[in-house]
Amino acid sequence: MAKKPVRFHLNGSEKAVFVEDGQNLLDMLRRGIGDLTPKYGCGQGTCGTCTVLIDGEPHLSCLTLAETVEGRQLTTTAGLASGNRLHALQAAFMEGFAAQCGYCTPGMLMAAKALLDRNPNPSRQEVVEAISGNICRCTGYEPIINAILEAAKSGDARHYG
Amino acid sequence: MPVRVETYERLDEAARALASSRTARFLGGGTLIMRAVNAGDQSFDTIIRARDANWSAIRAEGDGFVIGAGVTMAAVVASRDLVFLAPVARSVGGPAIRNMATIGGNLFAASPYGDFAAALLALGATVNLAGSSGRGIPIDDFLRDRERHATSLVQSVSVPRPRDASAFRFVKVSRVKPKGISLMSIAALLPQMGGRLQGARIAYGAMAPTPIRVTAVERALEGQSLDIATIERAAAVATEGIDPPTDALASSWYRREVAGVHLKRLLSAERR
Amino acid sequence: MIEFRKEYFADERDDNLNEIGKPTQRQDALGHVTGRSPYYDDHLFDGLLHIRCVRSPHHHARVRRIDTSEADRMPGVVRIVLGKDVPQNLNTLLSLLDFGLDDEPLISEKKVSYKGEPVAAVIAESDRAARDAVAKVRVDWEELPAVFDVEDAVKPGAPVVNEIYPGNLFVYHGKYDHQKLRFGDVEAGFRQADRIIEGRYQMSPIEQAPTETCGAIAAPETNDRYVVYTSTQALFFSLDTTSKLLKMPSNRLHFIGGTVGGGFGGKVDSLHEPMAVLGTVLTGRPCKYMFDREEEMQVGAPRGAERWYIKDGVMNDGRIVARKFIGYFDSGAYTRLSSYAIIKGVGHLPGPYTIPNVYADVYCVFTNRTPATAMRGFGITGVDFAIEAHMDKISYEVGVDPIELRILNAYRDGDMKAHRRLAKNTALIECCQVAAEKAKWPLSRQAQQASSLRDGGGARAEMPPHTAIDHNGAVTGFTAGSYARGNKKPGQAQPVSMPQMPRHETAPVTPRYEPAARPQPQPAPVATQPAPPPPAQTAADARRTRFSSISGLRRR
Repeated sequence: MAKKPVRFHLNGSEKAVFVEDGQNLLDMLRRGIGDLTPKYGCGQGTCGTCTVLIDGEPHLSCLTLAETVEGRQLTTTAGLASGNRLHALQAAFMEGFAAQCGYCTPGMLMAAKALLDRNPNPSRQEVVEAISGNICRCTGYEPIINAILEAAKSGDARHYG
Repeated sequence: MPVRVETYERLDEAARALASSRTARFLGGGTLIMRAVNAGDQSFDTIIRARDANWSAIRAEGDGFVIGAGVTMAAVVASRDLVFLAPVARSVGGPAIRNMATIGGNLFAASPYGDFAAALLALGATVNLAGSSGRGIPIDDFLRDRERHATSLVQSVSVPRPRDASAFRFVKVSRVKPKGISLMSIAALLPQMGGRLQGARIAYGAMAPTPIRVTAVERALEGQSLDIATIERAAAVATEGIDPPTDALASSWYRREVAGVHLKRLLSAERR
Repeated sequence: MIEFRKEYFADERDDNLNEIGKPTQRQDALGHVTGRSPYYDDHLFDGLLHIRCVRSPHHHARVRRIDTSEADRMPGVVRIVLGKDVPQNLNTLLSLLDFGLDDEPLISEKKVSYKGEPVAAVIAESDRAARDAVAKVRVDWEELPAVFDVEDAVKPGAPVVNEIYPGNLFVYHGKYDHQKLRFGDVEAGFRQADRIIEGRYQMSPIEQAPTETCGAIAAPETNDRYVVYTSTQALFFSLDTTSKLLKMPSNRLHFIGGTVGGGFGGKVDSLHEPMAVLGTVLTGRPCKYMFDREEEMQVGAPRGAERWYIKDGVMNDGRIVARKFIGYFDSGAYTRLSSYAIIKGVGHLPGPYTIPNVYADVYCVFTNRTPATAMRGFGITGVDFAIEAHMDKISYEVGVDPIELRILNAYRDGDMKAHRRLAKNTALIECCQVAAEKAKWPLSRQAQQASSLRDGGGARAEMPPHTAIDHNGAVTGFTAGSYARGNKKPGQAQPVSMPQMPRHETAPVTPRYEPAARPQPQPAPVATQPAPPPPAQTAADARRTRFSSISGLRRR
């Protein structure tokens, strides 16, 4: 099987990796790079668990052909905290019990980050819309919506580094 | 049989490569093709892609717009020109899907997907194929012969601008809030001349293998004023000549039962 | 939001506890929000092999022949595993608790009984290579008639779904084709009732749909053991099942779990761990066996469908004097945990109500549907839906307010339950009162003043003066034991002779059993309203008994 080199930035640092033909971005990030924060949930674009940001916009890594990220800026949950300092969203998710089994959490955080980066003071309806492609089977969504609103209120969300 | 990826700079090159192989598929946004790759689909072994920027452009032309087949749902939502299509694009998936899914891909999406194509059908769009210099194909014909176009590459879609904002209506009916897959979608173009409907076009998504026109309803509307009596008559024939599918989301019986209700709400502009 | 209602049972609770009643941060929360919680698929192995199964496209079919020759030659294929490669290819989950007969292969050899049942497993260098080879395995199927309805499945002449239970019914205690509950005499109760109210209730199967799909990764360890990372919700269940199917001492299995991406009951079936370990044993390399989403939905075991018939004898004031259940659990093609769900469900009957005459026949039925398993309160939720829907029906037909009807019939502390234990820690009345208050639903003074602590026990604590028993549905040819019991060899522990299973419609009735221990004459059915019997116990007595007999824990 042909291997192709791909270069891109992941959470601010430059990466280069060989990808296989037909390999999706989720698999490349997990097996090729070792960033295990995006998760497999469906491989069909239904669950949002594999959501990553490409040039700041949410994308489903399981439906993204790996080689198409050449030269792009990728963000995953691994890039949210800086050292021991959690991103406002992470802190709010913890404090608000917005993670139960935790499997959807990285995807939720990415969807929420994309929203807050663009819209620092979203309405509840905008939050609901922003995570409408992400399925959570545990929480019933309310704690997640509240945590995102809380993170927006806390104000750091737009200034994290 | 591992999958091979071929990348072309220009769309017409990609179109030629696609036309020359029965086991090749064109990669647009990935929401259909990568899903099939992930599932180990044995019907194709080659992915063809193109880097052509024209493929993702929106431009005004004549009394309408030419939308590149690679334009994403998110780009439609963001477009100042395509305000009338924004609610349709917004109804597709969540934000991540909308950043990926293209209008070209939507033309090929199997039921119950393809809500955007249903809207294009109601609007009377034409489909322009890459590498073909001739005139576009009316979307009715394109959807009817969709199987035959499996090896064609769509370059763009030409969409006439509706005469006024209220002349085009769209609703997507789903059982999941706030977002779910269609159990049906309805798109309605309702041009009026002197208070009478003239050239009304009604299309359903998820009510057949491809989006379809609802000619019985169109006949009931034609030449009438859009009043309660007309709407009742239209709703009464909402599924005439239609055999809705049974799938995981809804049974044929259920779709048949509710189609008239949703059509009535849309035509009377009831907001739910 | 949790709301603590201090006005109820206040003297049973300490409010000066350090942790109880206060929010506490989850210990795994930091891992979750940083994406570092280690789910099974987050363990990377160089040279990992992938397992994908060849699955039946039919609901019921005989396997005439499996041809793997073309698949064997596919690039990346390391090994194709068939049923004959499984050391002990027949199991039932609850054999570990000595309950039920081995009835399900890991990989089927001769017959499939549900759509998606595996008949071969391909082990390959990549997921894609495994999928490509699966597509090249040729199976010669002989399609068989299938049965999807529980009542059709128990009719004479129905297709036999599961050869271990030829009547399509699980056998309880080696004796009966259903689980029985007999308490008092329902027929006498019906005769004495003002009216009879009947209902039929049907629930669909429900998929747990965890976001993380079921799976396991096995790898050789240096000390002649196998390490297994798994999504299981039942680590020791999975370990013992693997040990049994692979005939491998459990001390050679090193299972690591605990971080589960959603389970809801659907991750107890232990299908993946034995397959992954088997792959590793056969190839010497790390192997991953993981459902994709489609398999999770189609092959993964759901909460089973249930059908309930309820027949109640009701007085005009709403008191229920007799309640009869006929229940059918759709177990799908194999037992898994449905047999146990019924035991649990029957113990729960007739719901949280004190009814002097209760009868239940509950059948665990095999059909050609996906095997059913655990899901959140399984065995209880379905019949509770039926019971509460039926309570509403009674309310409507008798003209008694639905909440008052429930309070009227609610069990109270000290009442005798149909499973012959005294009710303790009851709180249905208080739940009704709080629900009514929140819904601004008007209740009578009497209902408002009712209490689970009062008016129970006494005559209501009595066992029925006589209980009508029978041997309907008696089965011969089965023993109560299973794999783990007696001198049977593993793999051969099946019905001791050709089972003769009478159909459950034929109902030989034996005389009633009059227990000698209860010489008292039958008291009139206990009236709780309009004139409730005087409190049977002092408050102090009631408190002394308000401990759960199972967990030994006090009400929270």
